[in-house]
Amino acid sequence: MSELGAVVAVWRREFIVFRREVSRVVSSIVSPLMWLFLFGAGVGGTVEVGGEHYQAFIFPGIVIMATLFTSMFYGVYIIWDRKIDVLKAVLVAPVSRVAIFFGKVLGGCTDALLQAVVLLLVGLFFVSYTPLGLLAAAGIVLLTSIAFVALGLGIGAFFESLEGFQLIGTFVVFPLFFLSGALYRLDQVPGWLRVLSRVDPVTYAVDALRGVLLGLNVFPLSLDVAILAAFAALAVLGGSLSFGRMK
Amino acid sequence: MTAVIRTEKLTRDFGKTRAVDSLDLEVEAGEVFGLLGPNGAGKTTTVGMLTTTVRPTSGTAVVDGHSITKEPGLVRRSVGIVFQELSLDGMLTGRENLELSGQLYGVARAERRRRIAELLELVDLSARADSQVKTYSGGMKRRLELARGLLHRPRVLFMDEPTLGLDPQSREVIWQYIAAMAEAEGTTIVLTTHYMEEAERMCDRIAIIDRGRIIREGTPEALTTALGGDVVRVRAARIDEAALRALPFVSKLQLEPGGATIAMERASVNLPALLAALGPIDAIEVRRPTLNDVFLASTGRHIRDEAATGTWLDDAMRLVVQGDRR
Repeated sequence: MSELGAVVAVWRREFIVFRREVSRVVSSIVSPLMWLFLFGAGVGGTVEVGGEHYQAFIFPGIVIMATLFTSMFYGVYIIWDRKIDVLKAVLVAPVSRVAIFFGKVLGGCTDALLQAVVLLLVGLFFVSYTPLGLLAAAGIVLLTSIAFVALGLGIGAFFESLEGFQLIGTFVVFPLFFLSGALYRLDQVPGWLRVLSRVDPVTYAVDALRGVLLGLNVFPLSLDVAILAAFAALAVLGGSLSFGRMK
Repeated sequence: MTAVIRTEKLTRDFGKTRAVDSLDLEVEAGEVFGLLGPNGAGKTTTVGMLTTTVRPTSGTAVVDGHSITKEPGLVRRSVGIVFQELSLDGMLTGRENLELSGQLYGVARAERRRRIAELLELVDLSARADSQVKTYSGGMKRRLELARGLLHRPRVLFMDEPTLGLDPQSREVIWQYIAAMAEAEGTTIVLTTHYMEEAERMCDRIAIIDRGRIIREGTPEALTTALGGDVVRVRAARIDEAALRALPFVSKLQLEPGGATIAMERASVNLPALLAALGPIDAIEVRRPTLNDVFLASTGRHIRDEAATGTWLDDAMRLVVQGDRR
């Protein structure tokens, strides 16, 4: 019972902080919008994909991008929390690491989900979808977010110094994003890129969301969701183990 | 009296360094116990082991009836911790920090509310309770940490250097709060410090610790009285060691570069005789012994080897020594 209380307590803390960090919340929404309106409009002037305007085509990819970045960096942020000793008092409390981990995962998912919902509503300018479509989209975002918050926490627990931020950004988050087909069609790329994109779990999140919102999925929706769910389960397992061992 | 903490050959190595070396100590319920020693003496590691965040290399301890090695979860419930580094959440308000801690320690909602109001009052933070902690001064943060440490009514509150980095006035204020809390709550307090005034002022009993070992243990009065009478420090070009040792009232003599520290009985009566034996001197200081003298007598070193060891004569001695090196 107190374990559950601890999960809720950590979650609550994360939500309070999220509400207070207005600048972070605003920028986390503004930068995907710039991709959409500036990048999307620029490229969209000359390109059309699958019968859709380019802006509409990349819209699901941009929502997943925002989810990926918010989730991963939320997780990796514990490097900083440990640096300034915010976590120290939490870690000596008589609750398990797993409870703290799940509280953190829920906190990160809440951030990512709220942000994605705002983006999805803005998306009504380019894409039309049903309320059911919105619900399905939110489900995909949630699953993606669970996976990458857990992965971020797991990786963040590894690093002692702040250089971890940079490394993870350059060598993990950006490749995951660029390989995912968020910005291009997966069935028209060179063979090597096709292979790489298939081992990128983000590919399946993008594909699923594109399927739900535009009907343009390359893989069956059930396969997308199954792979995503399996990856999320693995990330939660690995992340909680790494978090448990964190010094 | 019953022991609320009892350690048995508690030992911790970091690589080849033995940070804590077969520590045996007992802390009685309700007392304020001090671990006094220089930086790196093993104080923080000892607290880490007693609060289950550091695993002992060998040996064990019992805290509030629970073994730190076998029942760490129960030990964690029994203790409160005030860390050396501030560990508050700056984004949260003072009240929210206490709320979070209360929830993590499983304090029921109604009790939590009541307790938080009571403790905020005790540390005089009620008026600022709903401001974010990042807007607090250093002293306010310390006070909030004290309140947080006590929130779940721990049997033992550990405070690791509770006034480190504070200016003298804030330190004085924190001492008053600690004393008030010890009185109001009756909690056993274990504090580590390298400030001897802090140990002298706050603690019922002290263990002086150096290089992971306890070198003296007892009440501050007993420790200083055991040195025998008063402490006289002189600065002189030449000290006649044999003449001084011949004096019946000199109980200890320690030669230092540029002078000597002498422990003697009844300085008020015997000082003229001492001066006669000393011959020409440049400066003299007579005072009651401090815990630093206890440490000095046992180790030949000062508790704080860095600058500012208290009296003006230390500064004078240091100048002489530096002058010699040039």
